[in-house]
Amino acid sequence: MALSDPDTYPYRSHHDMGGLPAAAVVPAEHDYAIWEKRVDAMLVLLGNRPEPLVRTDELRRNIESLGSDAYDRMSYYERWIFSIAQTLIQRGVITVDELGRRIEQVSARDSAHD
Amino acid sequence: MTDSRCMSDAGAVRFRPGDRVRVRVAYPIGHVRTPLYVRGKPGIIERICGTFPNPEELAYARAGLPALPLYRVRFLQRDLWPDYAGHPADVLEAEIYQHWLQAEDISR
Amino acid sequence: MRELLIAKGVLRADDVRRQVEAMDARGPRRGAIMVARAWTDPAFKRRMLEDGSAAARELGLDIGPVKLIVVENTHDVHNVIVCTLCSCYPRNLLGLPPDWYKSRSYRSRTVREPRAVLAEFGTAIAPDTQVRVHDSTADMRYLVLPRRPGHTEHLGEAELATLVTRDSMIGVSVAVFMPSADATVRT
Repeated sequence: MALSDPDTYPYRSHHDMGGLPAAAVVPAEHDYAIWEKRVDAMLVLLGNRPEPLVRTDELRRNIESLGSDAYDRMSYYERWIFSIAQTLIQRGVITVDELGRRIEQVSARDSAHD
Repeated sequence: MTDSRCMSDAGAVRFRPGDRVRVRVAYPIGHVRTPLYVRGKPGIIERICGTFPNPEELAYARAGLPALPLYRVRFLQRDLWPDYAGHPADVLEAEIYQHWLQAEDISR
Repeated sequence: MRELLIAKGVLRADDVRRQVEAMDARGPRRGAIMVARAWTDPAFKRRMLEDGSAAARELGLDIGPVKLIVVENTHDVHNVIVCTLCSCYPRNLLGLPPDWYKSRSYRSRTVREPRAVLAEFGTAIAPDTQVRVHDSTADMRYLVLPRRPGHTEHLGEAELATLVTRDSMIGVSVAVFMPSADATVRT
């Protein structure tokens, strides 16, 4: 079974990338921004309770559901926050409307400060 | 594997270290932790990791029970990649859930 | 999201701040402590290779529910860790993973051409050394026990821990000792 031959399997999810051709590894790393650390913290807190609100598996599955273009263009923690939001919407912890209004509110506040 | 067999003995440990296995060829939609590159490939059980709730179910906020046996399976790199250029003894080890494994008939 | 969740009482601002601080404080030091102990205590090393989680707890390291597997580099075997499907990483022992570990290039190529990837990190593997790639596909997390560098017999455990880099515990490089650079004891 040749992985390069798309006829050998019906489809590939974009995240399942083991063995695909890719460029040289660039040993780059960046210091995490505060928003990124907060996203990480949120996932830990949401999962680390007797009744987790977001399981690692749900996080992964919602990230995997991103289209390939979005997956590639979004940064690691952008994918995480997207997925956390999706999971909490799926579970009914927040609603789409609540999230939309809060984003609206925060954006207005931030641009007022510019 | 029939559905009824899946449900009744899904949690029972079937394989032991050293057993020859092959990863099933299946392409379900949904959250799966068996990478494409090992599907259909032969390997050897390196160890039993324990039993864990099924991630394919946990991903949908379901309980994932009964817990399923998880194994580390050792593959020869030359079995995984037709053009593998390293040492013939190079291996890759991955954790695969039992329901993705079938016994490999060594007389084949 | 954070504000919404705090407003709804799902999260508390204090908890978020504390968790951020906890992760900030967590670099690869815990992993290095385990390695240095294994280098100096053969019985501990045996226990660590048998059950990584229990060994961590033995040293008072709280790694949470993680199931840790430690794999040993030897003269004949070199191990390297990757998670092709997402980016699983032993965060409680090594801190947050570097960007390259999560990159498409690393996740795609390490399973298929590990020696080439290691060369890109400046790590050459002898042709007759077996390379073992570990793809962290499920619930286990991995730590590589790098080989103890030569000429380190005179170093204590704390000094040895300073030689153990994060990259050597992922397996993309090895631990080294430069005698001329170590004139003073580092803590």
